[in-house]
Amino acid sequence: MAPEKPKRMAIIALHGSLDLAYPPLILASTGVAMDMEAAIFFTFYGLDIINKHKYQNLKVAPLANPAAPMPVPNIIGALPGMTFAATAMMKSWMNKANVAPLPSLLDMCFKGGVKMIGCQMTMDVMGVKKEDLLDGVEIGGAVMFLDYAAEADITLSF
Amino acid sequence: MSIAADKTIDCKGQSCPEPVLRTKMAINELQSGQVLEMLATDPGSANDIPAWSKRTGNPILESSQNGGVWRFLIKKA
Repeated sequence: MAPEKPKRMAIIALHGSLDLAYPPLILASTGVAMDMEAAIFFTFYGLDIINKHKYQNLKVAPLANPAAPMPVPNIIGALPGMTFAATAMMKSWMNKANVAPLPSLLDMCFKGGVKMIGCQMTMDVMGVKKEDLLDGVEIGGAVMFLDYAAEADITLSF
Repeated sequence: MSIAADKTIDCKGQSCPEPVLRTKMAINELQSGQVLEMLATDPGSANDIPAWSKRTGNPILESSQNGGVWRFLIKKA
């Protein structure tokens, strides 16, 4: 088989909720396992996914999500303790279905060579320093991501 | 005559994306022409492994399902 230019995947991770952290990590790690190149641009709240102090404590929002682990009325979802309960329930479901925990998926992304880019502007806005981010993260801005994405075959945003 | 595997990975009980990721890691450790046996219970593997094989060019020599366990023999290209 003639060597071809590998397919390239450029992903934006915008949210810091536990449930929304899974898809970019699953698709990027799978992409590199399929001999593709993959990069994730962690921006705005998505930066929490690669924040050393936060990635193990991402939570599920119990509000404004009719498909949430606990489909309760929003007024109930707003009560204290409901975020904790929804998060615990989702973690328990993921565990029962044998889905890898988030830290393992992050590890697989780093080991597989996924380019993990922390957004410089978000870091400035939120007061996050490079040493707050996981080892192996690269720092970049819109230009760095778009330069990579300009050659991409697949672009996704979560 | 059955094909002998050079390496076996047991992905039973694991869910997407781990079986595919482990398959890729195991194939990386083999030499060209060697055969990997992969076992999985994730029903997604039934379609994911053939798609992975086609995409990466490592052919499936045999595939079977028995009692909820999928078995693939994959040759490293």
